[in-house]
Formats: sequence, structure tokens, C-alpha cells
Amino acid sequence: MSAVTRKHRDGRRRAGLFSGKTGSILRVVFSLAITFFGLLLVTFLIGRVLPIDPVLAAVGDHASQSTYDRVREEMGLNLPLWQQFFIYISNVLTGDFGTSVLTSNPVLEDIKRVFPATLELATIATLIGVILGIPAGVFAAINKGKWPDHVVRVIGLAGYSMPIFWLGLMGLLVFYMKLDWVAGPGRLDAFYVDFIEPTTGLMLVDTLIEGDMDLFWNAVSHIILPASILAYFSLAYIARMTRSFMLEQLSQEYILTARVKGISEHRIIWRHALGNVMVPLVTVIALSYANLLEGSVLTEIIFAWPGLGLYITNSLLNADMNAVLGGTVVVGAVFISVNMLSDLLYRFLDPRARR
Amino acid sequence: MTTQISTAKPGLKQWLTSDTPQSRWQAQCGRAWLGWIKFSENKLAMIGLSVVVGLILVTIFAPLLAPYDPLAADLANRIQPPGAEHWFGTDQLGRDILSRLIYGAQYTLMIVGLVAITAAPVGLLIGTAAGFFGGWVDGVLMRITDIFLAFPKLILALAFVSALGPGLENAILAIAITAWPPYARIARAETITVRKSDFIEAARLQGTSNLGLIIGHIMPMCMSSLVVRVTLDMAGMILIAAGLGFLGLGAQPPTPEWGAMVSDGRQFLLEQWWVATVPGFAIFIVSLGFNLLGDGLRDVLDPRGGD
Amino acid sequence: MRKLIAGLVMGTALATTPLAAQAETPKNVLVMANAIDDLITLDPAGMFEFSGLEYAGNTYDRLIGFDNDDVSKIYGVIAESWDVSEDGKTYTFKIRDGIKFASGNDLTAEDAAFSLQRVILLDGSPAFILGQFGLTPENVKEKIRAVDDSTLVMEVDKPYAPSFVLYCLTSGVGSVVDKEEVLAHEEDGDLGSNWMKTNYAGSGPFELNKWVAGQSLSLKANEDYWDGAPEMKRVIIRNVKEAASQQLLLEKGDIDIARNLEADQLASIKGDDDIKIMAKGKGALWYLGLSQKNEYLSKPKVREALKYLVDYKGISETILAGRSQVHQAFLPEGFLGAYNENPYSLNVEKAKELLAEAGLPDGFTVTMDTRNTTAVMAMAQSIQATWSLAGINLEIIPGDNKQTLTKYRARQHDIYIGRWGPDYQDPHTNASTFAWNPDNSDDATAKPLAWRNSWDPKGMTAEVDAATLERDDAKRAAMYVDLQKKVLESGPFVIMFQETEIASMRKNVNNFVLGPSFDNNYYRYVTKD
Repeated sequence: MSAVTRKHRDGRRRAGLFSGKTGSILRVVFSLAITFFGLLLVTFLIGRVLPIDPVLAAVGDHASQSTYDRVREEMGLNLPLWQQFFIYISNVLTGDFGTSVLTSNPVLEDIKRVFPATLELATIATLIGVILGIPAGVFAAINKGKWPDHVVRVIGLAGYSMPIFWLGLMGLLVFYMKLDWVAGPGRLDAFYVDFIEPTTGLMLVDTLIEGDMDLFWNAVSHIILPASILAYFSLAYIARMTRSFMLEQLSQEYILTARVKGISEHRIIWRHALGNVMVPLVTVIALSYANLLEGSVLTEIIFAWPGLGLYITNSLLNADMNAVLGGTVVVGAVFISVNMLSDLLYRFLDPRARR
Repeated sequence: MTTQISTAKPGLKQWLTSDTPQSRWQAQCGRAWLGWIKFSENKLAMIGLSVVVGLILVTIFAPLLAPYDPLAADLANRIQPPGAEHWFGTDQLGRDILSRLIYGAQYTLMIVGLVAITAAPVGLLIGTAAGFFGGWVDGVLMRITDIFLAFPKLILALAFVSALGPGLENAILAIAITAWPPYARIARAETITVRKSDFIEAARLQGTSNLGLIIGHIMPMCMSSLVVRVTLDMAGMILIAAGLGFLGLGAQPPTPEWGAMVSDGRQFLLEQWWVATVPGFAIFIVSLGFNLLGDGLRDVLDPRGGD
Repeated sequence: MRKLIAGLVMGTALATTPLAAQAETPKNVLVMANAIDDLITLDPAGMFEFSGLEYAGNTYDRLIGFDNDDVSKIYGVIAESWDVSEDGKTYTFKIRDGIKFASGNDLTAEDAAFSLQRVILLDGSPAFILGQFGLTPENVKEKIRAVDDSTLVMEVDKPYAPSFVLYCLTSGVGSVVDKEEVLAHEEDGDLGSNWMKTNYAGSGPFELNKWVAGQSLSLKANEDYWDGAPEMKRVIIRNVKEAASQQLLLEKGDIDIARNLEADQLASIKGDDDIKIMAKGKGALWYLGLSQKNEYLSKPKVREALKYLVDYKGISETILAGRSQVHQAFLPEGFLGAYNENPYSLNVEKAKELLAEAGLPDGFTVTMDTRNTTAVMAMAQSIQATWSLAGINLEIIPGDNKQTLTKYRARQHDIYIGRWGPDYQDPHTNASTFAWNPDNSDDATAKPLAWRNSWDPKGMTAEVDAATLERDDAKRAAMYVDLQKKVLESGPFVIMFQETEIASMRKNVNNFVLGPSFDNNYYRYVTKD
């Protein structure tokens, strides 16, 4: 939970970095480059000290020693570390992230395949979080200190406290195994996997493009449970932030003025206060979205969801370092750009920040 | 700060609430007392506190509370349903789940405690140093912090545990590595607000060294927001540790670590749901306890920092 | 409680029946759940994974094959017949007429020669299976050649037992690829290896439809297959790692076959009338490797004591129920010369005596590197419990497969709990790893299991070599029995179980074939009611 709060605060703090002066763009670019370089270096070093032999993933356990030695050389593992890193970096700069040992595909192609799965899951989860979280937060704020407030607070804290892998298992147990309301792990039923050509990679969109409603509903029944479970976290966060922003707004003078003018309470809350709250909320939502994109590892494992988290984890456990590095860069890039975007958005939307 | 003391010494309450404290000590105690009053009015926070205290008690008295040896395997009695003999049933090796749960409490507490005492000081040191010196020191330290922040926490922890080898100590270290950056940021922000203040200048004029200034004057200023932050993070640490345990990278078997217990129960979810359900619920309760406690503490110690 | 839930489930099932129509798979499509995330290449010349070999077994034809029920019967597939020369060094194969590749090209001896040469030239994981007959990238083009369109000749360097050579050719490396098609996709002289990793150029009963690494593999029928087109027009294999998930998919009818159910799932589907179970003894063995670098484990009495400290019966009846049988010699049942007696059983008293004789009456502490999968972990913990009865403190070090294996291969373990699958159907495959170690130094070039455990089998190495040259099958079998007894007695291996493969399927699925090895699990005969 606090990871999200942390990012929220950091996100705001980082605004100082972009304070519109000349040259600051350069500074930003430079510092971004350094961050990325560091990200790569750290991942690379972790990869090289992993007690997992990367050659093993490529040739298996039974291959002869001569085969093993040949492959090791081909993978460049007999070069000194700094040379390996240098080669890797210069390849990355030309857009070549190497080939994954596990899938025999270029890493970029793999990521193009797995990232939409994560994106789809996080998007649906955020949508659910927003649709339920904002009203819950408003409701709590206008009932501050009364039982609805407490209920929202407890539900929110419970969301932060839930081991997601457990919640996922319980969800599967109840809604899939026992009640049979939703479909099980994976993005589609086993039988359908063959039927869909990835156009966008987003299953809900692709099935609609193909116009096959059976497939579409199948995809819906698969995504609804993992998305709801992820959504609980963003819901908790969004509700909490909405509540506190609302409380801040409701104590403002203009609300009093509006009340004196006799504007209906309903209108005051949902139009005036919430309207003003939307600006900081956008940042909150963006950050929670970024957090879901990077943080859905366990959910993807439980639901056999072939997304980025599963991809990175699996590659890591096989020392498939090209894949791990590629995946980490994408996650890092997403995280950093969402942060920047939410800063920009905040400054663009908020009249005070623009000054 | 327990109610026992106030019943033991009737005059204590007056001493604590005195408008004219005789000493600095008395004033501090008075403030703590007022904080406690405010804290104890918060029912949710009190629930959180009792969960945490309960966890500590269970840890201490585990040998007395546990009905069975948590490690004793009995293949003939595997995955028994909850009943009179085994309140929460048995697991895939016939071990009593309740006993494992009780003994597992100490690992949860240990993880939280050790991560807090390793990550917080590191974050504090880096943050205060960055904020105090500014310039290139700030630039370098904050870039490093940024790099670690840009990693997904679980994947970073996963990578570190893979690199260090599985095990409880390594899991703790890995979580600590992912946990310090936010503390560094908080400490830096607090430092920047106070570093130009008069009392720092005064101390500097008295000849206090930079190190002395950081440790003696700046760090204490960062403490309250840091304590709140760490308490709130504890739930997150428990969850990451459980996640690592779930992935088989936490404590080594047969250690009854809760996350690993959930993972063990996965295979029996459909028919023997209790094997995974019970330890997962324990994780939930404890981390909720820490969250409620942290939430309450924040209201008392750091009202500004509240959402 | 259980009843209550059962009641609830019944209730909801009744209430929702009209909505939740039973998803039944179409009659001419076979849908399977299997753990196929080990599949990393589709090239038969580079593959060594169970899923890969199973794929190749269903999509490529091999020169020869063996009868699944009696492996001593070797029959021709692409080769109609074959001859072995007097001196035992030249094998001549007559290639069957009229076989076409999926591309439409005719299959000739030239394709067969190219396929075998390619294995050696690419020097991938399985290359050693052919390489052990003295074939090298330098000489392979003259040793293996097509004399004409229907005659293939292969020369080996020594007069090996013919069964040894032929069994090796029945394995994945014997798959015949479409030379013209493969070379059409050659890049920088790679013999099409890059393209073949993800594509198909064969003549088998099924052809590749689509492979999404880590997710699914789908095949479609070869309608013109020379030995009769399969009834299943499509086979869809979905990667599902979790046994519990597989069980559910099967029970709900979302899949026809679940391939990786474990003991507990098997027990729970027993009562389900819609599901049947098929079992077949496989070649893989579960064993403990005891590093001879460890001061305790290097004592012969300690090794013997440990062999008495495994609850063979308990584990095979609970943790591995239905998925294994106790087997203690290094050749799995079904192999030529397999020794099927199991002299050891759990005997704590005897073990304590042996430990005392070894000067360790109070036991000792030792570590075991263990894969963190459910069954292996459970096995390890059971072993941990029985060892503690004799005072031995076993510390389990869990790790992912590749991690524990890396340590094992680097000789950094005390004990490794592992699973060893034979590479081909000949006894030499296991003899050459459990009982053969020509160089026990750290920088040896050959690293069999004996080497990994720093064990020098002394004279056995020469005996293993000699057995490959014995052309009389009965004598050859006797040599292997002798070797197995020696390893059983003094070797650093506590061999425990032989694996049984289980396929759990819907009642309406018929004629699925499980063979003794993964590359003889066949889909082509499957029909559905």
C-alpha cells in the first residue's frame, strides 16, 4: 500500500525537477539516461551473480561437455564481465535486446506479446478501482467519523493487508471451483487458444475485432476474477485518497459560500468538490495504474496469466538474462514515464501548479 | 506507556497532565501520555495494537501454546480436516497446522523486525546525507535511490534472493534492499527543511562536526515521520516476505513460514481448502493489525502526513 | 463442513445448470493440459526436453521405432528394413517409398542422411547420442551418406552391439527432416537451425500449427500421412503447470486429458465416473546423489545406512501414490538387463548400527539441494523426518530446478535429490552415467552422475565400455545386472523410485498411447466417442 503512497508523494516531489526553466529538459533527459543505465547495470550484475548457469537453459542437463562449451562461448559468457556489459549496452542502443533462450524469440517480440496481457489486466483493474473507489471515498468523506467512514476505512486497510496470492487462490476456490461463476486460469479456455490472432494483443479487443461474441465472453469470464482481485488494491488506495482530498475541499470557503447560496448538497459534493478533487486524483490513479502494471507478478502466477510479470519471473528462474533485462527495462520505462506523465498532467490541469 | 502503570501510581496521572512540567523528562512523558490518550480513543488502532501484541505473545509462548511439534511429519495422517484433534487440520506431511501457525508467528515477527532495523537506518543515513550536503552528493545518492525505486519491488527482491540463495536471512536482506529508498526520500525531504534552520547554524557555530550535526540534530527531526512510515510499511514487508515464501524463495522447509504454508496448500485447494486458507488468513490478520496500528500512529505522531 | 460445501455446490450446480452449459470439446479435436514450459525449441536436432521429444515423436517420422509394449522388438518406420555388416561397423537402411513431407517434397535417403549429419554438425544437446559412435563434424559426411534415393549407409567406429546403435536411432535424433525445406531457410550456413527452432519441416502424422512459448502448442493432422491420417484433426496442448488447475479443467470438461496430476489429485478424481486413468512405467528414476567430497558421505557404511533410511513404501504410497514404484537399481524396469530386486527398505535400527560402525553413532549434519516443486519437497521432507530418527540432521536447501542443478553440476552439493531420465532406450544410457567415470578430477571433460558425486567407480568404467561391444544380448544383459548390483551395494546413489506416467482423461477419449519414453507418447490413434 505504502508503495503507492510513496509514489504519490515522490511523484509530487519530482515536480521540482521539471520546473519549466531552460535547460531543465536536458537535465531531465540526462538524469533519465543515468537512471536507465543504472537499472541495466544492476539487473545485469544480478544476472551474472545468479547461482544459475545460463547455459543450462539453452542446452539442458544431458548435453556433452563439448556442446556445453561451444554454447557458452556463443553466449559470450567466457568474456570478462565489463566486455559482456559493454556488448549488451551497445546492442540495446541499436534496439537489439537479444534473443530469449526460453522462447527462441527476440526479447522485444516476446515483450510485445506478453505486455498487452498485463496492460489489459491492469486497465480493467484500474477501471473497476476508479468506478468503485471514487464513490466510496466521497461517501466516506461526507460521513466523516460515522460508520460508513469506518467501513470504507476498514475495507481499504483490509485491501492493503491482503496477501494477493492468497486472495487469488480464495477467489479461484469460491468463484471458479465451487460456484462456477467465472472461468479459471488463463486468458481463454484451453480449446480457444488457437482461434485468436493477436492484433492488438488485448484479448477483449481482439475478440471483438474478430466479431466472435463467444470468444469475447469467454475472455471476459477469464479476466474478471484476476482483474477484480487486482482492483481491490487500487480501489483501496483510490477510495482513501478521494476521501482525504474531499475532506480538504469540503472545508474550503467556496463550499460554504455555495451552501449559503442554497445550492443543493448533492450538487456541491458531486459537482463542485469532486470536480476540484479530480485534478489530484488523476495523479493518484495514474500512479496506482503504474503500480498494477509492475506489481501484478503474483496475480499472474496464480492465474497463469501470460503477462510481463510471469515472463520476467520465469526468465529469472532460468537465468534467461536477455529476457529479464528487457522486461526490467520495459517495467522501469513504464514506471518512469507514468510518473512523468502524471506530473505533467497535474501541472497542466491544476491552475495553481501552472502558475 | 501501559495502563498498568497509571493504576499502580495514583499520582502519576496528575504528574503526566501537569500544566507546569518540572523537567524536560516530565514534559516529554506528558506529551507521550496525551498521544496515548488520543491513540487509545481510536478503536481501530487499538485493535491493531492488540493484534501486534498478540503476535508478540504468541511468539514468546509458542512452545506452551502449540499442541504438537510443528515439524513432526506423520504421513499416515496427512491432510486431515479440522477437528477436535487438529483444530485447523493437518498438512501434506501430516503436521498439525495450528502448531505450525503458532511457531510461524516468530518468523513473521523476525522478518518485520529485522527489515525495519536494517532498512530504516540505511534509508535515514542516505537521505540525511543527501539532504544535508546537497550538490553532487545529493545527485549521486538520489540517482541510486531512483534506480532502486524504478524496480518492481517483488521482482527486485526475487532477483536478490535468487542471487543470494533462498533462505530466511536472504529474504530479509532482499526485502531490506527494496525497502530503504522511500525512507531515504522522506529523510532527505525532512533534512532539507531543517538544514538551514537556526538551531543547526547555532550548533555548527559551536563547532559540531558534520557527522555530529547529522546524527545529533538532523536525524532526531526525521524520526517521527520515519517511525510512522516504517510501521505502515510493515504490513507490506509481511506481504512481500509471504510472497517470497509462496514462491519457494523464503524460509527453508520445514520452517513453518506462513507464505510457504499457503503455497503447500495450493495443491489441495479444491478438496482440502483449509491447508491454504488458514495460514493465508493469519497473514491477512497480522498485516491488517500492523496497518491499523500504523494508521493510528500516524494520526497521533504525524497529523500533517495523514493523507 | 465438507458436506455443507458439497451441499452448496450441489445447490448452485442445480440452480445454474441451464446457464453453465457443460463445455465439451469438439469430437475431432484433442485438448490437453500439460506442463510444456520446458519446450524451448522445435528442432529435433537441438531438443532434449520431454515436451520437445513428445512433440517430435508426433510430428516427425524416425528411421526406426520400437514396440511400446515390448521394447526388444525394433521395427522400421521410414526405413523399411536394415542390415548390419559382418564386422558390425556398417548399417544399411532401405528407405520406404512414397512418403511425402508436409511441404509436398518426397522423402528420400538423402533427407535421412542430411538429418543425421545435421545433428552432428549442429552439435546441439542431443548430438552426443550419435556422436558416441565416432561421428564428428569432420567425418560425418562420409560416415553417413545416401547411396541412392532409397539406401542410407551409416558407419560406426567400433563393432558395437547392434541393439545399442539401433536404440539410439529410435530416439529424437533419428527424426527425418525435409532437407530442401530446411535449407531454403538457411541463414549464414546455420543449416536452418534458427528457422527450425520455431518451425516445422517433417512428415509425421501431425504437423505444427502454432507454438506460443510458455503458453500453448497446437498441431493439425497430416491428412496424407502414409500410415493413415489421424482421426483428431487438431491437437491443442495448453501449458498448465499446476496439477490442481489441471484437475479442475479436466473435471469441468474444458480439456480431454490432464497429464500432470499428482497423487492427491489422482485420489480425488478416483470417484469421478467421467474420468479414467492410464498409467505407464517410464524410464525416469528418483534418486539421491551423495557427494563423495563430503567427509561423512564418503564412508561406505554411511552410504549403506542412508539406503536403509528412506521410507520407500510410505513415499510411494502417499506422496507419489500411483506415480511411481519402488526401484533401486540404475536400470529402470523394461530396459534390457534391468535388475528389479529392491534389497533396501526402511530399517532405522540397522541404519543406526551401520552409523555406529562408521564411528558416527550420534549422526551428523548434511545439506540437500532440493527442487521446490510439491512432490520433490514432500519427498525431501519425508526423508528429513526418517533420517532424524537415526540422528542425522538433514538441512533442505530449496531452489528452482536450474539453480539446484547448477550447483550439482559444479559438484557443490552434499546431497542432491534428482530425477534422471534415460536419453535413449539402451541400457548404456544409464550405465554410462551411474557407473562410468573415466576421470574424477574437477576439470574432467566427461561429467556423468558418478563424476558429479565425485565417485570413482574404478573397474566399472571399463566394464561399462565393454558392455557396449557385447553383441550377444543375453550376455550383455548379464553384464548390466552385475554392474547394477555393484552400484546398488557401494555406489553413492540412493535410487528410490521409478516413475510412472499418468494420463487422466475424459471417459470418451480412446486409444491415447503412453510409451516407455516421452517420445513414444502418441496422439495419432486417439478417437473420441
